[in-house]
Order: sequence, then structure tokens, then C-alpha cells
Amino acid sequence: MPDKHRTGTVRDINGPIVTIDLPGVRSGEQVRIGEIGLVGEVISLSGQQAVVQTYEGTDGVRPGEPAMGLGWPLSVELGPGLMGGIFDGVQRPLSKIALQSGDYIARGLDVPALDRSKQWEFEPSHDLEPGQAVGPGTVLGTVQETEVVVHKVLVPPGIQGELEEVAPAGEYDIESTIAHVRDAKGTSHRLSLYHRWPVRRPRPYHQRDDGVSPLITGQRVIDTFFPQLKGGKGAVPGPFGAGKTVVQQQIARWSNADIVIYVGCGERGNELVDVLESFPKLEDPYSGRKLMERTLLVANTSNMPVVAREASVYVGLTMAEYYRDMGYDVVMLADSTSRWAEALREVSGRLGQMPVEEGYPAYLSSRLAAVYERAGRVETHGAGSGSVTLIGAVSPPGGDFSEPVTSHTKDIIETFWALSKELADARHYPSIDWVTSFSGHVHTAAEWWHEEVDRRWEQRRTEALALLARDAELSRIVNLVGPEALSDAQRWQLEGAALIKEGVLQQSALDDVDTFCSPDKQFALLDLALSIYDKGMALIEIGVPVSELADMPQLAKARRCKSMYNSDQVAEIRTFAQEVEQAFEGIRLEYAKQSVD
Amino acid sequence: MSIKEYRTASRAHGGLIAVRDTPGVAFGDRVRITDSAGDTRDGQVIRAADEEVLILVFEGIEDLDLEDIWVRFLDEPVEIALSPEILGREFNGLGEPRDGRPPVLSNIRRPVGGSAINPAARTYPREFIQTGVSTIDGLNSLVRGQKLPIFSGSGLPHNRLAAQIVRQAKLKDEDTSFSIVFAAMGVSYADAKFFRDEFANSGVLRNVVMFVNLADDPPVERLTLPRTALTAAEYLAYDLDRHVLVVMTDMTYYAEALREVATAKGDVPARKGYPGYLYSDLAEIYERCGRIHERHGSITMMPVVSMPSDDITHPIPDLTGYITEGQIVLSRELQNQGIYPPVHISPSLSRLMKDGIGKDDTREDHPHVAAQLYALYARALETRNLASIIGADELSERDRRYLKFADDFDKRFVAQDEAEDRSIDATLNLAWDLMSAFPREMLTRLSETELAKYYRAAESE
Ligand SMILES: Nc1ncnc2c1ncn2[C@@H]1O[C@H](COP(=O)(O)OP(=O)(O)OP(=O)(O)O)[C@@H](O)[C@H]1O
Ligand SMILES: [Mg+2]
Repeated sequence: MPDKHRTGTVRDINGPIVTIDLPGVRSGEQVRIGEIGLVGEVISLSGQQAVVQTYEGTDGVRPGEPAMGLGWPLSVELGPGLMGGIFDGVQRPLSKIALQSGDYIARGLDVPALDRSKQWEFEPSHDLEPGQAVGPGTVLGTVQETEVVVHKVLVPPGIQGELEEVAPAGEYDIESTIAHVRDAKGTSHRLSLYHRWPVRRPRPYHQRDDGVSPLITGQRVIDTFFPQLKGGKGAVPGPFGAGKTVVQQQIARWSNADIVIYVGCGERGNELVDVLESFPKLEDPYSGRKLMERTLLVANTSNMPVVAREASVYVGLTMAEYYRDMGYDVVMLADSTSRWAEALREVSGRLGQMPVEEGYPAYLSSRLAAVYERAGRVETHGAGSGSVTLIGAVSPPGGDFSEPVTSHTKDIIETFWALSKELADARHYPSIDWVTSFSGHVHTAAEWWHEEVDRRWEQRRTEALALLARDAELSRIVNLVGPEALSDAQRWQLEGAALIKEGVLQQSALDDVDTFCSPDKQFALLDLALSIYDKGMALIEIGVPVSELADMPQLAKARRCKSMYNSDQVAEIRTFAQEVEQAFEGIRLEYAKQSVD
Repeated sequence: MSIKEYRTASRAHGGLIAVRDTPGVAFGDRVRITDSAGDTRDGQVIRAADEEVLILVFEGIEDLDLEDIWVRFLDEPVEIALSPEILGREFNGLGEPRDGRPPVLSNIRRPVGGSAINPAARTYPREFIQTGVSTIDGLNSLVRGQKLPIFSGSGLPHNRLAAQIVRQAKLKDEDTSFSIVFAAMGVSYADAKFFRDEFANSGVLRNVVMFVNLADDPPVERLTLPRTALTAAEYLAYDLDRHVLVVMTDMTYYAEALREVATAKGDVPARKGYPGYLYSDLAEIYERCGRIHERHGSITMMPVVSMPSDDITHPIPDLTGYITEGQIVLSRELQNQGIYPPVHISPSLSRLMKDGIGKDDTREDHPHVAAQLYALYARALETRNLASIIGADELSERDRRYLKFADDFDKRFVAQDEAEDRSIDATLNLAWDLMSAFPREMLTRLSETELAKYYRAAESE
């Protein structure tokens, strides 16, 4: 940090784009604009003049007002105190801002992300000795950040050398010294519980690894049909109201990640409030702890300044990487990456850059790719393996998936959960369309499922998808010539597909029991539906009329099972499956008797 | 107010004029332009540089003689004077009286631009508002603090529906009525009159503030009008602790005015000529509604959006849908069958319904009843479609039941009289009547307990 801030002058204000005279300012440097001190970032330089994008509205700023270079690029504070918080797009703590400026966000505020006065209980690592060689990622000690999150205090990237001393166990605020490290040149570095990191630079790691285990989200159509791996990248495109936010919130609630970072990027204020109000009451199905303890929110709502929306994604990613570096599996949800892309478009338009498609600049696809590239599973420097899973919502105008943001995203990601307006209108939720969605992770996920749940997983999944495809074909026929044209076997296929749709694919986020479904229960429900279908088909093959099967009360119950039994009651589902089997067997015997008579 | 006037207008183009040598003019400043005849026009600084500022002229630049005008920078944002006296009054988009009465005198003046509500200061809206309209209360419930637009088309009865909601809206067990802020942008004289008469006839006029910009008023004023109206709404809600219902019609004309200005400024268009920032601009308006911690009042919003060519994917309804918390969609098909209100439930949605209904708010069976009706109706529409291709006679027994359900649903549940104020209980009971045409086993969205309590089979057959 330079001790003296350089000052210059505002020349031109064009909405969020401000041109300043500031000799020596660097590209990417943070600046404060005008008397009121709006925060901004230098995005281009020409001679003495710098073009700045401001994160706050520029109303009232005049040419001739001062501009000040802060000497560092857009960075975030990384240390204990992030979990459970809500920050704006440039990491200002919104709850603190509310205390300062009331219900509405004032401009020009300067509030650090981390609480300076809070005391943390620091426990140094036992195996550390003064004189020992340490480097980026060495765990200096731990702080219990929340009841579920043990915050590992790491030597930050870029610092390497000999440990001079480490503070003893005790209470420290984030600015107190907890270690000194002397580098090869003999300079001693003072380390505290936090450090800063520039958000546009990915944090370093030792090496990249392949994803190995699925991120379990408790949502059947995701886990069973289109699985995501920890460290993977995925997208949820869909028209308005199709359920993107609900999918993302469900993942934030129920996934088996250690840390969840939810970035509300150009979306509704009330959706963040929903998380803020409900998460402290909800329990994590794995740890039994309140969900808010592992969750962090970044909020740049649709009515907040557009440029900060662009920053918010990087701010979220950097915090995600920071927890990854502690060896955690982090999930970051970005709702919506389309609004992020629109922020790029807005700035590029103001700069007079040449638009290529629908007003978007040519660099849209490379920026998008670079953002998603920050996801991944890695071998960290000192804390074992960690991962960042990145799931972005995409909001295509008019629900048209061929538009630039959706189509570029589709080329980058590995998991694509395409939401359909038709399904949403019919209240088939989650409205993830099984025809157009895909996952590049099925085989890897299968290894986990076969090991942990059932060896028939991949086969059953394929059978279900085949039945759904058959259903689509048959429905086309029905729409041309009517249901009478179908054979009994074909009608039973329609019944089977309907059972998969209602009993397995549909899952209401609002149902207290079904909102989360464990892998065991997921497989039990899938197996139940398919075995009903298989057994029924065997009966139809020996001549039992489809009408006799379709009206069986067990079919109605099979559709309801998901909400009747919770994830601890998989045995009940299996018992029910046996009952159904007996009922079918009864019909078979009956029928065999009739045909003998 | 600054008294300095400039005669240095250098060029005019596309709704903008440039003025040279105006040191220290603030970005966003209001501008008054006076010509030699003494006529004035209003404007705003949309780019402020050392050498030159660009001014957007609200009334347009036609017949403006650059040699012969005085430009004055007012050094203050657009503001509106506020007091309880605004109730019962009618203003234009700048907050000036339109009703022939004197301006409101008050030392409370607020800039109309507003600023973003801190999400950490919001509370989640969850109080059920009974509108007396079954398709809304039963299936797409409105809650206090929600923004729920009506998507409509030309000739559809959105105004009548909005007026009915204004008349009937109340909290379930409360008598406190809403204060109404009515914002009309680019509507016809007849439409404005319809609402004025409506408010007068139903005796709520004392509780209404109207902001009106008619089709033949300057379009640019439409850009400030919703902001002015919302500033008044915020005053009523947060200074006077009232529950405010804001009806805005028609957001399509608002967006068209925005496009006009954007084109004049040379902004890069995104879709159909609308600027890329239409989303953020609309969000600035819509997001001003909600519930705030420790504030007694609230702002609920019902914008009317007419869909050009009935196209829901058109940028205006599309971007609105991406911002609002659901939408009520009117259908021409239902209208043609003589059904009022012609609410098409499939594309309609209320996202805030989930926390406003159920045991403590409406009735314990409400969430499942809504889910079940939706499921039955979705299937019934498929069947209707099928019947139109292959003929109803070809349908199976089961399908015919669905077909009949679709008709009953449209005629009995969707349709209701303009004066009919159905209680939520009446709406739910009606739903059970309709669902009871199906055998119990088919009603898989309802729990056994609910079925035991409310299902009344056979007697309807
Ligand atoms: N899994 C689900 N279970 C129950 N309801 C759901 C589910 N998914 C979506 N919904 C319903 O659909 C509504 C809209 O979903 P959501 O807000 O997630 O849409 P969205 O795609 O994020 O829309 P937008 O792009 O406008 O933000 C929800 O409020 C809820 O009523
Ligand atoms: Mg959403």
C-alpha cells in the first residue's frame, strides 16, 4: 500500500464511465472519484488519461472534481468473518452498511469487509517450529469461524521462507500479528489472520486434479439423471419463472459441499432475503448445523449499479478459491451470469467498442470461459485437495437458447440443466428438460453410485431415459391419430413414463419431506418405478389388459411415495415395492387361472 | 437554483443538444431551456465533460433555434413536494398539478430518482392479500410487498381487472384499506377517465394519488413519471405508515419512450431496438417495491404490461418477467369465449405465494389444492388439444373427464363477475367441487388428510 495517494482530476462523466487525468495511474487500479469518493477501477489508459468504470452512480459528479488513485487493484479481504455474511458486488458488508446509511444504500461509503474489532480464538498448528521452512498454503493454525467451519490460517500466496515465530493460542483480532516469515532476501513479513487478494487473478494452487465424486444435491433429476462433479462447471439456462433460482437455492441448501457462496448478480432483492431469513433456521442434512454457518452471500441486485455486477462474480470466485485453498469443497452459485454479461455489454457500449452479437463485445466468450475456468478440483499448496464447483444461471431473452450468452456458455460447461417453459407451465418442477439437458460426468458419477448405493445405477438410469424417449415418440403418435391406435404394451409404456415423471423426476422444493432426497432414496424411487413398469410389461405380454393395471391403487401410491417417506425411510419404500410385486403376482396367478379355465 | 444562463449551445442532434464552455456542470443535472418567445423545455445532463455537456431535451429539439436559446442548469435533481395533501390529487410526471388546483406546499421534497434498497434491510413479504379473484387468490396469490404485473394485450380487460383488484384488495382478517398510487403513462384519455371514475364511484378517491401522462403528452415525461409516483408511494408507506398499492399502466409505453430516447442518444441496441440497459432501468422501478425491516407501511405493485402482438417473449414483458415476482397473464382465447377475467393460469405465476398461504395464512389445504389444480388443468389442456385434433368422441373415458374439467374450470373457477368478491374460502371450496369430479386416487398432489376432510365425491356426478 503506498503511503501517499496520488490525486488527479475528473474530465468527463458518461454514466458509469468516467475519464480522469491522473499521471502514473495503472491499469486495473482502484480509484476514488469526486468529492463524494465513488469507487471505481481503471479499465484503460491513454497518455495521462485513464478511463474508469465506477461501481456507484455518478449523478452529481462534475468535471474538475478530484480523483484519487488507491494504488491497488480491485481486491477482497480474506480472513475469518466472511461466513454467514452478505456483501455487495465489491465486498462491502451490507449489514454494516445498513447500520450506517439506513434502508437505502448511500454512495461513497468505505466500510471494510471484515470486522476489525472481533476477537478470534486462534489455535497454532502443533507441528510448527520457528526456523522451519514455510510457503504458500502452510497451515499456521486454525480459527473456529462458525460452528461448522474451521478456518485454516494459511501462509498467503507469494510468501516463502523461514518461520520466525508464530503467535501462541489466544484471542486475536484480524489485524494482530500471528506470524513472521523471513524470505530468502532477509525481509521479514508480518502475517495476520487476513490478507488481500486481487479478484481478477485466480489464486494459485499446486496442480489441477480430475473430479472424482459427485456433488450430491438431493435433487433427483440432477443427481440421478444429470450429475455434477465436485469441481465441475454447470449452467442452468431457462426463461423467466422456469425455476433457475429455485434450482440454485436448492443446491445451496442441500448439497454436500463444505462451503456455499451464493452470488445474486443482477437479480431480485427478495431472493437474497429469502436465503438470509430461511438459512439460519434450516439444518444441513449432513452436519445437522444451521445452513447459514457455511453460507456467504454476494448481492448486487438488479437495481444496484451495473458495473459492480461485473465485479461481483470475481469477488465471489476469489472467496470461493480462498476456502478451496483450505481444502474445502466449495460450491459457488451465480444467479445470473446473463446479467453479468449485460454489465460487460453496458461498459463496452459506453466505451464505443464494436458490438458483435446482440450488442455484446467480441470478448464475451473468452471472458465467460475464463470465469468458468476458475472452477475445478485442485491439489492445494498445503491443505490437500479442494474444489470449486461453479453453477451459473443463464437468463436468455425470450427463452431463446441460441442467444450469445447461452450458446457460449453451453460450449464451456460440462453439465447443462436446461429448463423448459412447457414443463414449468405444467408445474412439472424442477422443469429440467431430460431431452436437452446433459452431463459429461455420468461415467465418473456412476463409479461413486455403484460403490456407495447400487451396482445397477447406471443401467437403471439408462432404462429410465430410454422409456422417457419412447414416451415422447408415442405421444407424437397419439397426437396424430389418437390413443386408440396404441397397443396395450405401448400404453403401458406411457404409464411407465408418467410414473417416472411424477414419482421420480418431479420434486417440489416446497414439500417438507421431498425437498431433499438422499442418494439411497433416489435409487429406491427410481427402482420402484422401473420395477413396476417391468413387472407390468411382463403381465401385458401374457395378455393382461392395460386397463386392469393402470387403475391399480398401488400406482397412485407409487407417485406419492416421495412425499410419504423421508430419506431415512428407504426400507419402507422397499417394503412397498415388494407389496406391489405381490399384487402383480396375484394378477398373474389370477390370469393364469382364467386362461386355464 | 443557479441563475447563470448559457447561450453556447453548439449543436443539436437526435433529441440532444451540446453546450460548450460550461465549467463544473454536474452529471445528471436538470436543465431548463428558454427560447426567445419565452417558452421553456426541460432537460437533463447525460454527459458532462470539460469542454462540452450533452443535454437530453425532454420535449424534443424540434424547432429549437440554437442561436436563440438560453440554457440554465438548475443544480438540483427532479424533486417532488410531499404531504398528506397529495391524496386525492392528480399530477403529471414531474409532480406538477394536473387537476387545476394549486401545487402542494410542503418542506418535504424528495428527489424522484430514489436509491437502491439495501437487501439486508428488507424483510421477506409474506402477508396474503385477498383480491377476491379466484385465479389470483387460489392459484397465484399476491402478498404485501410483491410486484405482480398483469400481462395483457390490446383490447383485453386489464384495466377492469386492475380496477376490480383495487376495489377488493384487503388483508384476510383486516379492514385497513390500501392507499392507491396510480401511475398512467401514455394511456388514452378514455383509459385515464375510466380509472378516475372507478375511484370516484367506489369512494376511494380520497385515498388515491394519480400521476398521469396521456398518449398526447410529451413521451419523455413518461421516463420520470413512474419514479415520481414511486417517490410518492415511498412517502405514504414509510413516512405515513400506509400500505400502498401502486398500479402502473402501461409499462410498454414507458419502455417505448425509453427506446426513443436511447435511439436519440445513439445507445447500442440489444433486442428490437431496445437498449441493453432496459433490464436495469425497469429493475430500478420495480425493485422499489417491497417490505423493509421495522417499517409499518409497504409497497405492493401491479404494473400493467401490454404485450405487443400478444407476444410474451417481446423484450418488455420478457424483461419484466425476469424482474417481477411472477405475472398474471390474460388470454385472448379466454376473452373470445366470453370469460372474464380471462386469466390464463398456465403462464401465470406468483413466486411469493409459497410463504403467504397455508395453515396460518389462508387454509391448510391451499398449497396442495393449488398444485393439484395446476396438474389437472395442465393435463386437461393437453386433452383439449388432442380432442381438437382427433375429435372428442375418440377420447377415452378418462380423457373425457379431463375435457369436462377444463370446461368447468374455465366457466366456474376462472370466470367470475366483475362485482364478485370471492373469499379465499369460497375459492378453495369451489376448487374442491371441481376436483371432486375425479376419483380420489387420481388426486395424488393432495394428502390423505386433506382428501378425508374436503373431498366430496360422487354427489357431483
Ligand atoms: N423445484 C421446485 N419446486 C417447487 N416450485 C418450484 C420449483 N422450481 C420452481 N418452482 C416455482 O417456480 C417459481 C419460479 O422459479 P424461479 O424463481 O426459480 O425462476 P427463475 O428461473 O429463477 O426465474 P427468473 O429468471 O425470473 O429469476 C418459484 O417461485 C416456484 O413457485
Ligand atoms: Mg431467478
